[in-house]
Formats: sequence, C-alpha cells, structure tokens
Amino acid sequence: MAAKKTKRRVQVKGFLLLFVAVIVALAALLRGKDVALFNAKGVIAQKESHLMIFTVVVLLVIAVPTLMLLYFFAWKYRESNPKARRATETQHGKFLAFSVWAIPGIVLLVLASSMIPATHELDPHKAIAASGKPPLTIQVIAMRWKWLFIYPQQDIATVNYVQVPVGTPVQFELTADDAPMNSFWIPHWGGQLYAMTGMVNQLNLMATTAGDYSGGAAEINGEGFAGMKFTARASLDQDFDQWVLGIRQSSDVLDSAQYNKLLTPSQNNPAAVYSGVQSDLYNTVVMKYGSHDHMGH
Amino acid sequence: MKELLIGKLNWQALPHEWFTLGGAAALLGLGLFLIILITRLKRWKWLWKEWLTTVDPKKIGIMYFIVAGFMLLRGGLDAIMIWLQQALSSGASHGYLSSDHFQQIFTAHGNIMVFFVAMGFVFGLINFIVPLQIGARDLASPFLNTLGFWLYVGGVLMVNMFFLLGGKYAATGWLAVAPLSSTQFSPGVGVDYMIWALQISGVGTTLGAINFIMTILKMRAPGMKLKHIPLFTWGSLCSMIMAVTVFPLLTATLFLLFLDRYAGMHFFTTTGGGNAMMYTNLIWMWGHPEVYVLILPSFGVFSEVVSVFSRKRISSYTSAVLGMIGVSTLALSVWLHHFFTMGAGADVNAFFGLMTMIIAVPTTVLVLTWIATLYKGRIRFTTPMLWFLGFVGTFAVGGMTGVILAQPPADFQLHNSLFLVAHFHTMVIGGVLWGIFAGLTYWFPKIAGFRLNERIGRYAFWCWLIGFWMAFGPLYILGLMGATRRLDHYTNSSWQPFFIVALLGGLVIMAGVVLQIVQIIASFMQRRQLADTTGDPWDGRTLEWSTPSPAPFYNFATIPKVATRDAFWEAKQLGLPERKYEDIHMPRNTASGIYIAALAFLAGFGFVWHITWLIVAAMLGIVVCVIARTFNEDTEYVLPAQEVEKLEHERAQKALARHQDIHTDTFEEMGLREFVRVAIKWVLDVIRNKRWRTL
Repeated sequence: MAAKKTKRRVQVKGFLLLFVAVIVALAALLRGKDVALFNAKGVIAQKESHLMIFTVVVLLVIAVPTLMLLYFFAWKYRESNPKARRATETQHGKFLAFSVWAIPGIVLLVLASSMIPATHELDPHKAIAASGKPPLTIQVIAMRWKWLFIYPQQDIATVNYVQVPVGTPVQFELTADDAPMNSFWIPHWGGQLYAMTGMVNQLNLMATTAGDYSGGAAEINGEGFAGMKFTARASLDQDFDQWVLGIRQSSDVLDSAQYNKLLTPSQNNPAAVYSGVQSDLYNTVVMKYGSHDHMGH
Repeated sequence: MKELLIGKLNWQALPHEWFTLGGAAALLGLGLFLIILITRLKRWKWLWKEWLTTVDPKKIGIMYFIVAGFMLLRGGLDAIMIWLQQALSSGASHGYLSSDHFQQIFTAHGNIMVFFVAMGFVFGLINFIVPLQIGARDLASPFLNTLGFWLYVGGVLMVNMFFLLGGKYAATGWLAVAPLSSTQFSPGVGVDYMIWALQISGVGTTLGAINFIMTILKMRAPGMKLKHIPLFTWGSLCSMIMAVTVFPLLTATLFLLFLDRYAGMHFFTTTGGGNAMMYTNLIWMWGHPEVYVLILPSFGVFSEVVSVFSRKRISSYTSAVLGMIGVSTLALSVWLHHFFTMGAGADVNAFFGLMTMIIAVPTTVLVLTWIATLYKGRIRFTTPMLWFLGFVGTFAVGGMTGVILAQPPADFQLHNSLFLVAHFHTMVIGGVLWGIFAGLTYWFPKIAGFRLNERIGRYAFWCWLIGFWMAFGPLYILGLMGATRRLDHYTNSSWQPFFIVALLGGLVIMAGVVLQIVQIIASFMQRRQLADTTGDPWDGRTLEWSTPSPAPFYNFATIPKVATRDAFWEAKQLGLPERKYEDIHMPRNTASGIYIAALAFLAGFGFVWHITWLIVAAMLGIVVCVIARTFNEDTEYVLPAQEVEKLEHERAQKALARHQDIHTDTFEEMGLREFVRVAIKWVLDVIRNKRWRTL
C-alpha cells in the first residue's frame, strides 16, 4: 500500500514537471520573436497594449492568491493527511457569502473604471489629435481578395500596399465592394475594424516608428482569405512625399475599366500603384449599395 | 423531368475527392459493420424494442453519449487536420490542403464540436442524472424526449451527409456569417447542409429544454423544494431556461438565411436592401448564451464532485445558485462583444464591455464557493477531482483572457486572432468538456454498474491537461504576435515553431482520448471486481446514489420523501426508511420519435437539393405522425407492486452474491502494460479459435 502511494506521488511529480517544462519551453521559443501586440509602432497600439497589461496585472493580483489557496487547500486537506484539522459538518456564515461577492465586485469596479474611459479615448472613429499636422485620409476598399487604397489628397491609389508618414494621424475610411464582411487590421499600429459594403467605417491610426509592417484581413471572407495581405510602411515625411511623387510619374490610371478588372475575384495579388483616380470613384462604390436596388440579385 | 424527380442532384454530387471518398467509406463502413454485427448476433428486435424506441431517459442518455463520443472523434480528426495544415503551410510550402477544403474543415469542426459533441454530452448527462437527482421516475413528456434525441441524430446525419452527396461542406466558419453565407459568395450545398443540420437538431434542443424545465419544476419528489435541489440540477435548469429563450432565435435566424438562399430574398444580402449586420447581431444573441447553456451543467457537475469528494456540503449554496442564475441572466445581454470591431460607437461598446465583465463576478463566486468547500474537508483525489483541479486553473486563465477581450480597446487588437481561438477553447475544453468528463467518471457506476479504472483515468487526465496547454498555449502567443485565425497559409516563418508545438499538443490530446477508450475497455474487463454493489460507491449526498447501480428502469422502487438539501446524506445519517412498494405507472416505448425525425431529415434533404415532392411528402408525413401520436391514448402501463417487489428482491440477491465475490484486498486495477498483454492474448485467441469470447 505504501509502495503504491510513493509510486503515485512520483508519477504526479513527473506529470507536474512535464507540465512546467511545456510552459518553460513555450517561453523559450519566444526569445527574439516579434510579438506584434506588445511591440507597438503606433500610438493606438501602444495604448491598447498598456490597457491589456494593466488588466492582466489587476487580474493576477486576485487570481494568483485564489489559485494558490485552492491548490493549498486541496493538498492540505487530502484524506491521507493525519495532521489536518477538519470540520466537515460546519456551516459557513454570512461573512463568507459576503466576501465571495465582494472580492470579484471590487476587481470589477477597478477594471470598469479604466475600461469605460479607455473605450471612449480609443474609439476608432475618433480623430487623433497631433500637433499641427493635418490628418491624411486614405480610402480603403476591401475586394475579393485584395485591398485597394485611394489617397484622395494625393490623387494616387495602391493595391495591397499602403504607406504613411510617421507621426501624421491617418484616417482610414473603410468600405467594401462585391465582397463579404472584411476586417482591416495592422497589428503593429492598432486594432482592427470591419469594412462592409454600402458603409464607411472610420479607423484612426498613427504610426510612430518607420518600418515595414504587415496588415491583412482578419475576418473570414472566402477562398482568398489567407492571401489577402498587404505591407504597411511608415516612413519619414520627405520619404513619403518622394514616394507619392514617384507614383505620380507612373502612367497607370485607376479608371472604371481598371477598377472593374480589380473587382474580378483573384488571390494572392501583388502590390500595384496608380497615378490618378477617377473622380468620385470611392463615393460611387459606397453609394452603389445604398440605392435599395430591388433588381439586385 | 429530372429536375422534378431529384432536384439539383447530379452525378458530380457523388464523392470523388480523397476526403469525401474517405468520409463516405468510413460512414458506409461503420454502417455496414454495425448491420452485419447486429444481424449475426440476432439483436435487431432487441435493439429496436429495448433501445431505439425507448422513452427511458437513462437509455436515451446513454445513446446521446455514444453518438456524441463518435462525433468527438470525428471533430477531433478535423482538429488534427487543421493543426497539421498550419504546421506545414509556412512560406513557400502550402501544406496538403486547398484553402477551400481547409475552410470546410474548420467550419465542420466548429459545428460538430458545439452542436453534436458538447450539446450531445450535456443532454446525455441531464437525461441520465436529473430525474434521479430529483426523485422522479421519468420525464414530464417522455415522448418529447425521444423525439428530441432522434432530431439530434437527424442533425448528426445531416452534418455528415456531404461526404455521401454534394462533396462540399460550408466554408463560412461555424456561424455561417452573412453575407459570406449568401448564394452570391457561397454557391453550392455546403451552407444548406449546415442550415438543415442545425435546424433539425435545434428544434430537438428546444423541445428537450422545455421538457426538462417542466420536469424539474413539476416532478420533484414530495417535499423537495427548489431550495433543496442539487446543484447539477440547478445548473441544468438554468441552462435549459436559457436554451428555451435563445434556440427559437437561432431557428428564426437560420430560417431567414434559408429564405435568402432558397427563395432569393434579401434579409442579409449585400444587395437589395439586405443587412448583414443584422445577421451578426441575431446569431450572437443566440450564440453567446449558447456557450453558457453548455457550461452551466458543467458548473453543476463540479459543484457535486467537490462536495462529495471533500465529504462536505457545498459552502454557500445560496451564493452558488445565485451565481448560476446571475450568469444565465447576464448572458443574454453581452452578445455585442463578439463584434465590438464592427464599428458601433464608444457608448454601445462600453455598455456591452461592462456587462461582459460583470458576468465574471458570478462566475468567480462559484469558484470561491468551491474553494470554501475544500477548506477543512476530507479530500479524495479520484479522477473526477483531478478533472476539477485541472479545470479551475485552466478556467481561470480562460476567464482572465475573457476579461481582457471584454475591454473594447483590447478586443480591437485581439478579435479574430488566434488569441481569441485559444480563449474560447480554454472555456469549452477546460470548462465544458472536462466538466462532462468529470461527470461521466463520477456517475459511471450509476450508468454502467461498475466504476471506471482510476489508474488509466489518471493518465488520460494528464495527457489532456498537458496536451491542452501544448496545443493552446502557442495559440495565445500567436494571437499576440498578430496571427489571425483560420489561416491556411502564412508568410511569417517565425510563427511556424508555435504551430508545430500546437500540432504536437493536439497529438498528446489524441493520446488522452485513446487512453479514455482504453480506460473504458479495461474497466469493462474488470467489471466484476469494479462492480458497484451498494449503489453508493463514493459515499454520495444526493438522491441518485440511493438507487442501485445501474439504476433500474423505474429509478426508484419507492419515491423518497425529502425535507432537506443533500437528501440522501441526511437519510443515511437518520437511517433509511422502510420500503413500502406500490404500483408504478411507466410510459410505453414509442417509435413515433424516430419516424418524425426521419421525415424531418428527409424534408431537410429535400430543401438542400430543391426536391419539392420530397419536401411536401415528408412534411405531410410529419403532420400525420404527430396527429396519430396525439390520438394514441395507450401510452402508459402499470407495473404492479408485487412485480416491483420481486424485481427489487432479485436484484438485491444478485448484488449480495456479487458483493461476496469481490475480494477488495487482493484486487488491483489494471495498468496499461497489463491491458496490452490481455488485449493481445484475446486477439490471438480469437484468431486461433475463430470464435468470439467476451473479454
């Protein structure tokens, strides 16, 4: 009997060790990796990551002692422990009933008091206030399965590539054409927002560090989903202007013929650029679905 | 003419790709194997009379377990295929699946695991245990119960039908989000198969839920007030009330989607004034409460397990009950947190974020009452208790990640990422599934008449725990690295090691599943030694342990009188009352449930393929069956008191003989090595002697 007990204890220790080893190995795998959400390169992403870290800390303050208590009790009051003082018939009083509600209640109050202001501050529709710089507007059209970016102020357009100047607030105006719901996400810069037909959804972001980041579609949208990605480059002001000028030299124009070509579903599209966009293209695309055309199919 | 006869069916619908061929072969092979086996054993009549047409909730419960168990294997295979693709498909490699096929697999995986595994097991447990816990002999409507079960089976068949005819399942994600699920973006029958699988089983769920609410409210033993009912029954009651509230919503939503697809309407389309955001709202108004429909019974199971294996009554019963009621009420007001990212204003998002965080309060209350129950208890580390201890730690992580996700600004970054996937798997595996495993192990003696092998059970538990964290730990990390869910290919090669670890974790979980199967077989082999002759193997507290194991078809020879909580425990302290037998009214078996469900399946099949005559005929058939059933007045019979006494006497004799047969001091539970040795010997024996011999 005793031998069996010891054997079991060794087994449990072994399994627990294995469990810890898995966690340690995962942590080790993380070395040198880019954990996008905590490696923020945009003001919004930065604030969002701070909120996450704050929440985790508050939660751990209650969860760690609670779990330690649980496993300590389980171990201490095991049947084979002759030293444990037991009281299996006692009733717990009002104090316990009160504290089981009060403890999580207090944590809730703490977290809610940070969550509600943060939700307003980080509302994606809210323009980012930056010193002196006017915001850059980029109109985004989600298609099957590519992203079209129109720069109305610069009169250029790109496919699966977007470039913005560092430190300038950017207002992405998201819509979709002939596509299911899409979600537009550049993890290093900030959270995602849906792009839907017949609607404009505003997402305000601002890059803080120059570099190339990856963006893409986050919501399942059909066969080309995984390949619907783009590079998001943040560059210094003069590099951005240079880039715009370079595109203006190009002879490709985004007229309605070219646009309709883009509308044909295709996968894993390479980046492309256009100098000159047919006037009012974006509004036409948005309004297309607002006409309540009952002939639609 | 052809159109009239077989609708849109055609030769291309027959299986011709490797996975449909494989699936079809597996389905037909299993069917053929069962048919041959039953025919050779001459068991058709027995099967039909004793099982398929039964109205005994215990037998229906066991049938739920069997079907859900098979679906767990089927959905688990999907999971391994998903992980394998993601482990391979990095950079230049595109893995072994096409993106369309990959998307079908994760869609089927989600549908099967939620509707046919989790729901199946939950309904199985409720069927078996709730009547026993409240001292009832059967349900308020035994017929609705068999109908509900067979509709569930109809859904199971429908979700797998695409293997045989059609070749494609939906590739839309498990909720068929609009407008992706419209005919514009998803032509073909995949989405239709999904709609009808969920419609048929969903109606079954609604009927079942109504039935259990009525049973719990109206059929409790005399003296048992609501404040006395065991916590598993409370969990089930809350769960079923929620199911009744939201399942009609699912039925209506899917019906509108069906009209879009079948009749060219424009509820959720991009054109013609449709509004896809409406679908997202409606489906999550059902979808979020659904998660709690699944988890509340598990909370109930853990409450029972902690109390019994600490040999202590649950601490703060009232708080626990209020916690459950709180969870189920609040669950109806949080649906929007599934799409903070759709672009609602900050006020709306903050409201739903707050409601979601409030839900964490009653949930934490439950955890704290369990901890208080352990305090100063006398704790036995049986496998149900291990599942509990593994559950709390895992569930705490899931709860914390849930609170992070509940904050709209954080959710903008985490939504649709693998972090989210890891979060809800933590809740559904660590919470729902492990609760079901704990419950199945705990009540197994009541179900089968013998305990489960604890040794192999422990190995299975550790495989699940370690495998779970190997499989989903990396997904949390990948989500934080910016990996979205549902990727059949990715270019960022630094993600690959994590996907590979996740695949290995999936394989460790698979090993756990195999060990669970081995555990059941090994326990069966030692069923004489593991037999539960007393009916109360754990020193239980609630009424189900006052019945013999396995429980007789009439549950209680005499209906107990109840005046307190933990009724059986109190009775044991005071001495059990003398038995006085009386006539028992029992419901008669009926095949109406099977017929109606079969016709519903045919109608659904007709809708999928646009076969109008089949739809009309099957619908008419259902109406006729229902009317015929209502005119059948001979639905009960009487078991005379002498007969009950005779049955009880015989059973007691048998139990006594068995009891004397068991030599507890020399008995040792079979280990893995022993199991393999015996199994090989048995197989060799069968091959040599060409004769079956029971293990």
